[in-house]
Amino acid sequence: MNTHSSFLRATLRHGVLLAGVAVVLLPFAWMIATSLKPDAEIFISEIRWWPQTLHVVENYSQAFTRAPLARFLLNGVIVTVSIFALQVLVALPAAYALAKLRFRGREALFALVLLCLLIPPHAIAVPLFLLFHHLGILDSYAALIVPWVISVFGIFLMRQFFMTVPDDLIDAARMDGMSEFAIVWRVMLPTAIPAITAFGIFSVIAHWNDYFWPLIALNSEQYYTPPLGVISFRNQEAGTSYGPLMAAATVIIAPLVVAFLVAQRRFIEGIAFTGLK
Amino acid sequence: MAEVILHRAAPRRWQIGVAAMPYLLAGPAFALMLLLLIGPVLTVLLLSFTDYQLGAPGFGFIGLENYTELAGEKVFWKSLGNTLAYVGVVVPAAVGLGLGVAMLIESGRSWRAFYRAAFFVPVMATLIAMAITWEFMLHPQFGLINLMLKPLGLAPQNWLNDPKLALWVLAGIGIWQSFGFNMVLFLAGIVSIPKHLYEAAEMDGARSGWDRFRLVTWPMLGPVTMFVVVITAIRSFQVFDTVHALTKGGPVKATEVLLYTMYAEGFEFLRSGYAAAIAVVFLVFVLILTVIKARLLDRKVHYG
Repeated sequence: MNTHSSFLRATLRHGVLLAGVAVVLLPFAWMIATSLKPDAEIFISEIRWWPQTLHVVENYSQAFTRAPLARFLLNGVIVTVSIFALQVLVALPAAYALAKLRFRGREALFALVLLCLLIPPHAIAVPLFLLFHHLGILDSYAALIVPWVISVFGIFLMRQFFMTVPDDLIDAARMDGMSEFAIVWRVMLPTAIPAITAFGIFSVIAHWNDYFWPLIALNSEQYYTPPLGVISFRNQEAGTSYGPLMAAATVIIAPLVVAFLVAQRRFIEGIAFTGLK
Repeated sequence: MAEVILHRAAPRRWQIGVAAMPYLLAGPAFALMLLLLIGPVLTVLLLSFTDYQLGAPGFGFIGLENYTELAGEKVFWKSLGNTLAYVGVVVPAAVGLGLGVAMLIESGRSWRAFYRAAFFVPVMATLIAMAITWEFMLHPQFGLINLMLKPLGLAPQNWLNDPKLALWVLAGIGIWQSFGFNMVLFLAGIVSIPKHLYEAAEMDGARSGWDRFRLVTWPMLGPVTMFVVVITAIRSFQVFDTVHALTKGGPVKATEVLLYTMYAEGFEFLRSGYAAAIAVVFLVFVLILTVIKARLLDRKVHYG
């Protein structure tokens, strides 16, 4: 291949891809640009990317004062961290038992895990809502966390991972007098860190961004997670103050996007790997 | 063999514990599966045969009445039709774009990580926050989209309030949000194609890029593509966030989709039984797709 045509080809490749990137990132750019502008420069009939007067401090401080944005973010952290910790607490021992112990009913239990993998969470929202209503735990952190503490996907993933761990490792631990519980947490957990990290990224993204279930389970603003928070902020401003609203949207997507840009490879692998769900 | 010896070498106390141990370890997961997954699925089926309403004093079994009511309800058919139309647009576009971008990225060496990251950002950005951004960009008067169309001589549109446009606008947002995910799966698929196949094809006279694609890349990506099609279909079948945030099913039911109808019936009108019947319809569609996906995954495991 001569250099002329390969240069042409590279130019074409970058040209098309850069145009695609521009389109894909356009909403992010416009969101951030709007979050810097005063109203007078938002409600105009021309495209202005950089404002003449910067309203950064005003918009971002209003985002935090007109709505309890800090509270929403804190709720998001509480909920996602609790869900992930409980998922691991439940899934890891079960995955270990399924992969490495022999007991009656193991095949049936694994079949049940596979069956549960087929259940889309949206389809069971009505009975879960009724159950939580009768238990009196709607509108609480518990309502946000409890439906997700069982992750059959997590069990499946960890079990597949544990199948590859050599039995010698476990036998050696038993020889040292370790209990099965100790083996789960002090031998299996450390070996499973890559799988758990991938699952954690997947879990945190899914629940930080979830809108459907919190919308159903909550009434009180004090428990709102970031997606509910930003929607209630929009509803209460009713399209009048886009500067603070876009600032709030920016703040809410920032933690995940920044984490992603820092640890891209891990994120993409984690999501592609667990995204098989 | 080694295991037998080990068991014998272990102290007795430990051996007694070992019989119960698997059940202790797997017990919590088992109980939670029954309580939070299997139980609710059975309940949703049962509920769909009742006239249960949250807050009503009693309820009774009414057989298939919810289903016959659904079948006679125009809104339901509209909702199902809209959902299928949405899936029908999003799947080919998000799969095609994912494949196209992945091929372009892999056709050169420079800036690969940058492109991959840039196209992936929408996948993980909170969709609800971006839906609000899109709403502002689609603002009929001050929205970026209409402002960009003006110099091209195109008339401004009322994107989200026009019954002829609204569903396609939401599909556009869905495509924008999801194709980066497909790109990542295709990138993984392309990387795993053995290089010698391209060399062999070239020896057989496949000179152009198109020939290489037609003879090697496309057939080798077949299983991945099938898989991507199915998961994109499952995901887009569950469209809800953008509908609830931007259109509430309107204008004139133009964006009414299955999950939104279920949400409105079950949680706004509190008609639990009726909503359960919609949930069952939803479940059947998603189950069919999921079983296909599981089959494909199995096959992929055998290939890999």
